Amino acid sequence: MKTNPSRSRLWSLLAAIPKQVILLFFSLVAIYPIYYMIVTAFKTRPDWLHDQFGLPNPFTFQNITDALNKGNIPLWFGNSLIVTIASLIVSTIVSSLAAYALARFHFAGRAFYFNSMIALMVIPPAVLILPLFVLMVNIGLVNTLPSVIIIYSGLLIPFSVYLLVSFFRSLPPELFDAAAIDGCSNLDTFWRITLPLSTPAMVTLIVVNALFVWNELFIALVFLQGETVMTLMPGLTLFKGHFTINEPLIMAGTLIATMPMILLYLFGQRLFVEGLVAGAVK
Amino acid sequence: MPQTITKTKTTFRKIEPYLYLAPATILIILVFVYPIIENIHTSFLQNTASGIKTLGLTNYTLVSQDPIFWQSLSNNGKLLFSVPIMTVISLFIAIVLFEHVRGWMFYRFIIFMPYILAIPVVGQTFVYLLGLNGIINTLLRDVGLNLLTQDWLGSAKWVIPSISVVIIYREMGFGVVLFLARLMSLEKEILEAAAIDGANFWQKHFYVTLPQMSGVIEFFVVVELITMLSWVFAYVFTMTGGGPGFASTVMEFYIWKHAFAFRSPGIASALAVVLLLVTTVLIVLQLRLRRRSLEDIA
Repeated sequence: MKTNPSRSRLWSLLAAIPKQVILLFFSLVAIYPIYYMIVTAFKTRPDWLHDQFGLPNPFTFQNITDALNKGNIPLWFGNSLIVTIASLIVSTIVSSLAAYALARFHFAGRAFYFNSMIALMVIPPAVLILPLFVLMVNIGLVNTLPSVIIIYSGLLIPFSVYLLVSFFRSLPPELFDAAAIDGCSNLDTFWRITLPLSTPAMVTLIVVNALFVWNELFIALVFLQGETVMTLMPGLTLFKGHFTINEPLIMAGTLIATMPMILLYLFGQRLFVEGLVAGAVK
Repeated sequence: MPQTITKTKTTFRKIEPYLYLAPATILIILVFVYPIIENIHTSFLQNTASGIKTLGLTNYTLVSQDPIFWQSLSNNGKLLFSVPIMTVISLFIAIVLFEHVRGWMFYRFIIFMPYILAIPVVGQTFVYLLGLNGIINTLLRDVGLNLLTQDWLGSAKWVIPSISVVIIYREMGFGVVLFLARLMSLEKEILEAAAIDGANFWQKHFYVTLPQMSGVIEFFVVVELITMLSWVFAYVFTMTGGGPGFASTVMEFYIWKHAFAFRSPGIASALAVVLLLVTTVLIVLQLRLRRRSLEDIA
């Protein structure tokens, strides 16, 4: 086929226009609610009533300072941080040990265990919540952070094990044979070879799990009912109840609550994308 | 002596994997196994005149006669319809992004962003956007379609479709990222061959791309079906509180209501068992799908 190069170039530029328009449209749809949350957080209430959709005029930091001072948002923020970090530590250690056993050993019940992990990913939390609540009341953990830390750690295990097993198995087996010949015990091999080589997988897993714990509402709402022990998500619903008629203040609280994840995403987009894709196409 | 050492060594070898599994197993039993069994047990308990609880089907009879239970179940059913819609939209965006578009990484960055926002955050923002003077109604008024304006979350007729739109908004980015990753791993030669043979955009993708994507599409659909049954509580709780009336109540929300607001654990448990049975279908699908990747284990 012979075509005039400059003509085909013009043609490809023109052909790109509909695609750009389509993508611009969907990008606008995706970004608009985020834009709305941000501009509202920096508006005065009269300004918001007058014009909901434009840029703040005048621009104010008052809502942000009010949200930080009037409610318990800094406290909830700290609780969310503790819960997220503790759940991630527990679930990552426990899951990587289990995944190591599933990936490297042959033993009775291995297939059953692995299949159970896959099945448990489907269980709705609503099915677990009442018996867990009664249990937590009985052992005196209701309304304490450990209650949700234990539950989140458990909920994260099936997906984490699944992801780590598939990753551990992608490591070259020769490495493990060499380690065994050198007299490494299995636990040594796990600690000195498997874990260091799995750092990328661990990081993506931790990011995806952090997103889940930080954003979780249902379990936190049931188990953390006292105002001072709440995490951010149930805290936000309470905050909303206190300030129903001050929309910019509510949006300021919402913005503060979501900021860590937005920042994490801005700096580590790749980690989210890789982690979520790895869970799917392996 | 040496014999006993080798003996303890081999016994240790045998139990070693179980030791590694032990901590995870304890947590799994505590968080999944015990609550599921306890839930099933509670669902069959009923009060008798003498005050002693006996086993029976009273809770299930009551549930089956409760119109709000049927409403909740059908609302979950209606939400399932958003899955094919978001799948088609995500696929379309992913394919357009894949077509060597300038700035595709930037677009992917923006389109994926809603997925990292917490549901209460998305929900609260949409409460304003879908309100009487929100952006949707304002746009409709601007183009002279005043008749179509609605209290989107306050109308029994529109509340479920509105929640679906919000769910699609948040989950769409996940689909795009997933599909795009799969597209980028496809063999380029086949697509180029199709283009040389004169296939147009639609022909090329319908006959060449889509068949190769079936695995990842199936995966996304199953994950989202699970979401619609097991993880929509936060949307309903933050946007409508199940209302107006019970118009947007879903199974999870109704279980929570019975467990904590109405203080009827028996009914809550029976409802939970019904939800568990519905999700069993998805467990089968999920096993079929995920086992493929690690066939020698599973």
